[in-house]
Amino acid sequence: MTLPESDKQPVRLRVNGESIERVIPADRTLLLFLRDDLGMTGTKCGCEIGECGACTVLLDGNPVCSCLVLVVAVDGADVLTVESLADGDNLTDLQEAFLDHDAVHCGFCTPGLLMSAEFLLQRNPEPTELEIRTAISGNLCRCTGYVQIVEAIQDAAARRRAKAP
Amino acid sequence: MTTKFIGKRVKRNEDPRLLTGQAQFVDDVEIPGMLHAAFLRSDYAHARLLSIDVSEARKRAGVVAVFTAEDMGDDWQPGPPLVSPPPTVKDVIFHSRRQVPLVKDKVRHAGEAIAVVIAESRYIAEDAVEDILVEFEPLEAVIDLEKGLEAGSPLVHDDLESNLAAHLFQKKGDYEAAREKADLVIARRIVVDRGAAAAMENRGIVTDWDKKSQHLTVWDTTQAPIPIRNGLVARLGLSEHKVRVIAPFIGGGFGPKMMMFYPEEMLIPWVSMKLNRPIKWIEDRRENFYATTQERGQIHDVEIALSKDGHILGLKDIFLHDTGAYDPYGLTTPLNTQCHVMGPYDIKNFTSEVSVVFTNKTLVTPVRGAGRPQGIYIIERLLDIAARELGIDLIAIRKRNLIPPDAFPYEHEIIDQAFAPLVLDSGNYWPVMEKALEMVGYDQFIEYEQPRLRAEGKYVGIGVIPFLESTGVGPYEGARVTVEASGKINVATGIGTQGQGHFTSFAQIVAEQLGVAVCDVRIVTGDTAEFHWGTGTFASRGAVVAGNAIHASASIVRQKVLKLASKILKTPEEELELEDGLVRVIDIPHKSISLGELALLANPLRGAVQPGTEPGLEATAYFGPQYGATAFGTHAMILEIDPETMMLEIKRYITVEDCGTVLNPLILEGQIHGGVSMGIGNAYYEKLHFDENGQLLNASFADYLIPSATELPRIEVGHVETQSPLNELGAKGVGEAGTLPVPALFAQAIENALNNRDLEILETPLSPNRLYELLRPNEEKSR
Ligand code: FES
Ligand code: FES
Repeated sequence: MTLPESDKQPVRLRVNGESIERVIPADRTLLLFLRDDLGMTGTKCGCEIGECGACTVLLDGNPVCSCLVLVVAVDGADVLTVESLADGDNLTDLQEAFLDHDAVHCGFCTPGLLMSAEFLLQRNPEPTELEIRTAISGNLCRCTGYVQIVEAIQDAAARRRAKAP
Repeated sequence: MTTKFIGKRVKRNEDPRLLTGQAQFVDDVEIPGMLHAAFLRSDYAHARLLSIDVSEARKRAGVVAVFTAEDMGDDWQPGPPLVSPPPTVKDVIFHSRRQVPLVKDKVRHAGEAIAVVIAESRYIAEDAVEDILVEFEPLEAVIDLEKGLEAGSPLVHDDLESNLAAHLFQKKGDYEAAREKADLVIARRIVVDRGAAAAMENRGIVTDWDKKSQHLTVWDTTQAPIPIRNGLVARLGLSEHKVRVIAPFIGGGFGPKMMMFYPEEMLIPWVSMKLNRPIKWIEDRRENFYATTQERGQIHDVEIALSKDGHILGLKDIFLHDTGAYDPYGLTTPLNTQCHVMGPYDIKNFTSEVSVVFTNKTLVTPVRGAGRPQGIYIIERLLDIAARELGIDLIAIRKRNLIPPDAFPYEHEIIDQAFAPLVLDSGNYWPVMEKALEMVGYDQFIEYEQPRLRAEGKYVGIGVIPFLESTGVGPYEGARVTVEASGKINVATGIGTQGQGHFTSFAQIVAEQLGVAVCDVRIVTGDTAEFHWGTGTFASRGAVVAGNAIHASASIVRQKVLKLASKILKTPEEELELEDGLVRVIDIPHKSISLGELALLANPLRGAVQPGTEPGLEATAYFGPQYGATAFGTHAMILEIDPETMMLEIKRYITVEDCGTVLNPLILEGQIHGGVSMGIGNAYYEKLHFDENGQLLNASFADYLIPSATELPRIEVGHVETQSPLNELGAKGVGEAGTLPVPALFAQAIENALNNRDLEILETPLSPNRLYELLRPNEEKSR
């Protein structure tokens, strides 16, 4: 059901470091808020029911399916999407590793995968292959068979460790 | 041939955009004033449409329009056939019944569209869909292929006498005579069931009609933008240059996005013109399960005749092929099955008869593999059974029957999916198989490891399956290569791209000819405004057919560059080289001119040119192969089964491919990994369950299990190269190869692991549950 206009509510979020204030319908999901209201289309929609992971973003640092999150329920939260990763043309080490290992095919799953992988690497600088596979098991990819994605994440972890003080 | 770029592990040009969320997919297109569409789809698989009332929907605030079949008037017409039937075979039967834009009289599969709502937002459109009242008279559904052909079966198409959509008979040699001479004849029924392509991106269309300029722009998740443009032009009565179809970044194709026209694909542009507004429709995942085409359902009654030393004397295959409710894609898929059921083997006597059956299920069109995995499953299962019965080793029986290297080109005397004689252009099969055996450590495993692990109570098994794949079929593709004044190269080709790395592998081909960096070659695919001749990306043909067209154009441009540079540098062409974006005199490297300067000189603004001079450094060329190139490969696997749960763990997975010249091993390996992963899904996790009413019982990713990272193994890839003589690059296709042998490989390895003489797997897809069921009666028997 579409909600009546009167059900709109004000929300305040930090999205990729920027403060955003909007008045939105109470049934607006974070995914559609990002894509339609903010025009940030990097985050993809593959199922809208929490089964594919294409819409994964970091919500207060944790990976979530943004299609399952109502914006009004997370008023005040901090959201990071794929658009937050690179600094202009400078890719992050994780993105570079994806590029080097051909971990991107059609690229539809990539934005969500990058966010899941980013979360993993922040928590676990030296993940095993099984830990990597488990961490991305909610991100379905139909193109790659995950081989090159797993390699890329391993490589990114190694690059980060090499740089760490 | 020494190459600089071809065959190198070049990183992909397109990735930075995809990695940063900047790549534009269809759903990312936003146009001011855009409206949104949602469809009312049938819950019934088979039902007469008695009445439909959209009045409430039209009244809902924010709804702009609602259309039913009736509202379309004379514009309501079935979609055009995609593959023009029938092929030129004697006595072929083909009843063409094409999908309709909106159901008029009768629903023929669950999910068929009945009405479309156009509203200010998708939310409103979907709510308004709920407002529509439809009265149905449910009919008995045709689900089972055999029952569907029985007299008295309900009919999917009432105007036909039966549900037979097509019938095709092909033969080579004399099977019956061969059978007479055989020491062993094995007859079996083998069943293959349906799966979904399940690209991560659902289908979608955005249309923008500009009434003033009479210009229609369509963004479409299609693998074939040019045929879509052509079809729209024909149906909407517009001129070609007024319709631009763009297939931007596509989130996976795998065949179903090659289907055309989907009802929505014709309808949304039509509505856009009617309402004079931009419109977006994006399929949701549930619609994708019901309304996007599927494949693989076949029932084979097959017979193989062998001598006692394991030589195949003949093969006879009578099979049913499920085409779903309509058959716009002609006979492509069953023809592929016919052409692959002989596998890579030298079979002299062959009979194949296919009956294509209409059912009340989603339409069937090729899905990655396209009829080939079924053929390979059949022949490989039969060889496994034969080997067992004859007491011959599984590898030996295959080696004995492989087409020998001196037999190419090998003529099969039947026609292929392009209705052309099936000819295998080239190959050297045994070394590929041998390499796979080596990589997996076959002998070592059989002799030492397996006995040791079995003694420990482990159920470990090995499988090795060779396969071939017809690829790179015609008719043709073209490309235009242009040297720009900046010195960068612009390449336009008509095919679409769905993640195969074309922006890079095609750039490598051009870089090779013109001596520029790969990143300085800009490839445009899938935009009819940039190049408007071509067919599409299907049948593992992109690299072969478009690749060779690009190669041909780039070669012509190279000639033009050399000719002009020779004049300007006053040096014979033979003494020039193209390097680093320059044309240089080989022995005097500082004597050079850049490609950019040459491009400017080739397009003078004043003065006179010699008669017949073409401006610019540009060429357009086409490539159409005489027939398809046939690739070969072998997969090998070691797995372990948990006898309690029937869950399995893949310990090793090896593929060895011979797809001719490798353009980019990095991309090739990725393509193979992806194919294998889909094959693993096909083999052990994915099956579409339709109930007897034609309801799909598992229409979501929670119930239809495509493999996630935890199910899939590491995949080791080996290469062998036998170049195709059919094209300059020597390339063969590989896009579908990874999926083909996997179900056969699973069946073989599972039988090997369980080592239970009563277990004979004659179906695919399997699943842990199904495997458990297959074993149960045996257990009871042995008790
Ligand atoms: S779109 Fe959110 S999980 Fe699929
Ligand atoms: S790259 Fe296509 S879905 Fe992952």
